[in-house]
Amino acid sequence: MASAASEAPAAETPPPAKGRLVLRHRLATRLWHWLNALTLFVMLMSGLMIFNAHPRLYWGQYGANFDRPWLQIGATPTTGIVQIGDRRFDTTGVLGRWKDRDGQERTRAFPWWATIPSYYDLAGARRWHLAFAWLLVVPGLLYWLWSFASGHARRDLAPRRAELAPRHIWQDVKDHARLRFPRGEAALRYNILQKLAYCSVLFGLLPLIVLTGLTMSPAMDAAWPWLLTLFGGRASARSIHFLCAMGLVTFIVVHLAMVLLAGPYNEIRSMITGRYRIRPEAGA
Amino acid sequence: MSLSLSRRRLIGSIAAGTGGLLLAGCDRLNRNDDFRETLRGAERLTMRAQRLISDRGALAREYTAADMSPIFRANGNRMPASADYQRHLASGFREWRLQVDGLVARPLSLSLDAIRRLPTRTQITRHDCVEGWSAIGQWTGVPLKLLLDAAGMRQSARYIVFHCADTFGPVPYYESIDLIDAFHPQTILAWGMNGRMLPVANGAPLRLRVERMLGYKHAKYVMRVEAVASLAGIGQGKGGYWEDSHDYEWYGGI
Repeated sequence: MASAASEAPAAETPPPAKGRLVLRHRLATRLWHWLNALTLFVMLMSGLMIFNAHPRLYWGQYGANFDRPWLQIGATPTTGIVQIGDRRFDTTGVLGRWKDRDGQERTRAFPWWATIPSYYDLAGARRWHLAFAWLLVVPGLLYWLWSFASGHARRDLAPRRAELAPRHIWQDVKDHARLRFPRGEAALRYNILQKLAYCSVLFGLLPLIVLTGLTMSPAMDAAWPWLLTLFGGRASARSIHFLCAMGLVTFIVVHLAMVLLAGPYNEIRSMITGRYRIRPEAGA
Repeated sequence: MSLSLSRRRLIGSIAAGTGGLLLAGCDRLNRNDDFRETLRGAERLTMRAQRLISDRGALAREYTAADMSPIFRANGNRMPASADYQRHLASGFREWRLQVDGLVARPLSLSLDAIRRLPTRTQITRHDCVEGWSAIGQWTGVPLKLLLDAAGMRQSARYIVFHCADTFGPVPYYESIDLIDAFHPQTILAWGMNGRMLPVANGAPLRLRVERMLGYKHAKYVMRVEAVASLAGIGQGKGGYWEDSHDYEWYGGI
């Protein structure tokens, strides 16, 4: 560091101590990100309330109480249980049987702190869910169009052939596991794990969760009968919808963890103002 | 160490506190009339969007006998309690009559036998409950369009209201649909189910099937079909028992 100060300052030499600020996220990405931060939480939590109205999932065209679910959240006289196939798990206190805010024991699937509203209200949850769905879908479609038209998808998101080599992916997994995050110019590009994660959400989970959501609508099934064919029935679509939601929860958990580990101030600022401070290359 | 622990605990309690506040805020919004009215705007948007992309005659999928639910779940009211209904049930609905009235030129009063002699439609369709479960069953009945045409709808009619024999507490069940669904080819008043007479639990003697809608729109125990210009004067004005009592959407297509 001392030697850097003794060198003749050149116009193109960045100040090495703090690193320079660069534009990392464009406005469209930033707006869409924060809208989604709100929308996805509302969709998830109101969705869990809707699930509570019939906490069983099936495969096929139909499924009701006399049919065999592949997943069920319920209660025995004393415990809360999750049943997947023939396997039962005791989830007392969290799923199936839990205490509400006032200490009252309840036997609903998802607990009060995970649902909107926090008390049982199917009609209310549907109002939230089906209204915020528009906020998810319309800006989502606009963002999709923008990311293709502007080259964002091709330039920043699409994995390059070399990046998809197993060795490269494995190296990136090891770097993440050791919490070694890229410095310098490399920090401006998404690494391959980020690309795969963002692409699977943008072009996988999000379209899938919207289409399976529409498949649960009887009017949509009449309008677009191919939805039922595509997903193998309304009960299957409901199951896939739920699994996609769990996939998005996993993405959000990992995403938040990486933001915290990679430096929350810099990361969050870059998503608000767009400016990101590049840390100097290791050894520079 | 103790400093970092207490800081961690502080951050934890801030997070939990913020979460609690947000949840309480959501509950308050859920009870706020202005906010609920905003959310209701989405119901109209959804209805218009679905109608825009959908032919008004687009058919719900019809299944084969092999696709039917082994046991078709019945829910809601399964046995109307009124003395009138009990009397009709005991006599095999011999004295029972369906009234078709309101904004029609020729009000009708039809016996169950007369209804069964009318042209029928049989369809194997999926019943989708608002709660999330589905069941597939076979329904036989008279297309609602035939009754409405026979009665002669007045120009001012906009909705068809179904008055039912079952009650929730003192409140009679009712439902309503608009004319697009009322004249849809799969909209029938069913008197048969799965090849037999309609069981009491499923709405005997007559229930509505309106196949592009959720289950609560399919009124059971239908006693009277009324053509109206507006839903304002009926029940609490929102077009159905669940709409009035629990704020379910009137548009039950999603």
